[in-house]
Amino acid sequence: MSHPRFSYSHRGHADPVPGAPALALRGVTVWYPSAARAALDDVSVTVPVGARVALVGANGAGKSTVLKAVAGLLPVAAGTVQIFGNPVGACHHRVAYLPQRTAIEWDFPITVRRMTVTGRYVHLGWLTWPGPRDWEIADQMLGKLGLAELAGRQIGQLSGGQQQRVLLARALAQEAELLLLDEPLTAVDAETRAVLATVQQELTVAGKTVVVATHELDRLEDHFDQALHLHDGRRVEGARAELVS
Amino acid sequence: MAGGSRERALNWFLEPMRYSFMHTALAAAVLVGLTCALAGTYVVLRRMAFIGDALSHAVLPGLVVAYLAGWSLMSGAVVAAVATAVGIGWASQRERVREDSAIGILYTGMFALGIVLMNRGQSYRNLSHMLFGDILGVTTGDLLVLLAVAVIVGGVLLALHKELELTSFDPQHAEVIGLRAGRLRYLLLILLALTVVAGVQAVGVVLTCALLVTPAAAAALLTERLKTMMALAAVLAVGACVAGLFASYQFRLSSGATIVLACVALFLLARLVRAWQRRTT
Repeated sequence: MSHPRFSYSHRGHADPVPGAPALALRGVTVWYPSAARAALDDVSVTVPVGARVALVGANGAGKSTVLKAVAGLLPVAAGTVQIFGNPVGACHHRVAYLPQRTAIEWDFPITVRRMTVTGRYVHLGWLTWPGPRDWEIADQMLGKLGLAELAGRQIGQLSGGQQQRVLLARALAQEAELLLLDEPLTAVDAETRAVLATVQQELTVAGKTVVVATHELDRLEDHFDQALHLHDGRRVEGARAELVS
Repeated sequence: MAGGSRERALNWFLEPMRYSFMHTALAAAVLVGLTCALAGTYVVLRRMAFIGDALSHAVLPGLVVAYLAGWSLMSGAVVAAVATAVGIGWASQRERVREDSAIGILYTGMFALGIVLMNRGQSYRNLSHMLFGDILGVTTGDLLVLLAVAVIVGGVLLALHKELELTSFDPQHAEVIGLRAGRLRYLLLILLALTVVAGVQAVGVVLTCALLVTPAAAAALLTERLKTMMALAAVLAVGACVAGLFASYQFRLSSGATIVLACVALFLLARLVRAWQRRTT
């Protein structure tokens, strides 16, 4: 079991393999250290380019684990993960990961604007600072998500919904092709829900692929092309999926 | 009358400056204050105060061995501090040893080794200034080491500012874009080890952690921007070191303890300012 190795610089990134799906997991098994059972057990998933896919399941079902394995945060014990036909890490500037809010140190002295521009770092690499174009993109994304007036605020001064929108603004600023959103709708206000729905629609129009881990089961068919159900680290389908949900 | 008291105050600062050792000490105070404030900002924000304290205690055997062997004390401290930083990083990566336990074992062990070596070499009296600091005893050679440490620590923190900032508040995003947060933490530990060596020169093994933590913690109360926090911490730390240096000369006090008390006084002042700001907003 080994962690995927990335180079921070964007140089050397592989191009997408023509005709390959945005995401292909084949027989993927993932273990957390000291866990009694696998967090993911022989999971296979294929997500076509431009699709909107929901990962659905209860807490501990393995939704976040799928996203973390794809983002390169967790090592895969067995099976393969391919992103646009390449292994994890070969083109990580094409993958934006929106973590759960608890993963961030919100007390840190950084402004909303500066946090958003960190979405550009994958394109910059070592010893290069964000330029006017990077700041312009960050400002555009903040405007799109209704956060322009809060750009100078320290990140901890925002509400939960606003923090969720900053995370999305950063993911959008990366200009990635595949977006992995981990529970973006958890404990957010109505305004944030509306903004997220609009952004998701725009991403689809732009041909981006979006995979969302979610508890939300209402109107799944309106927001997603496909819902993949997980239970205890395994995929479940058909009537069993309905039952588990 | 007012002119007389102004003259007396001016003399309080000018009179010691007739001595060349005060010039060296003043330069050391500025360098130590700057270095400790910059590295200390990350110590406070990443909650590494325990590590800072551990590193400063762990340099003792390096100091004693260097003294007994007739080498430069600073070189002994650098070797011991960097070895401890690497040891902490290595031990905490083992699954069964939690980081705080690894630190607790390493630094008490190193400090005890230092004390035993001091007993063996019967050099307790000669090395006591290393325990509590003696900024008035800084030599030109020490000053050059302090300058080198300041340039290295300041240069690396500046060059890797955006990566260190990101791994401090969102290590997960850093990993996703290919940054190795663990390696950057290692690097920060080594920078911290070098910073500790500078701090030991001014306030000694026992009190160095105060110089790392107190000015940065005071600055954190007054600003919500990282760069401003670093600049403010630097001003407070240099101010405390210089004030402590003059007070120590004038009142014949331990320089290390005086500098630390000046840091604490500035922290209390910052706390009052913060409370006043909250009342008025």
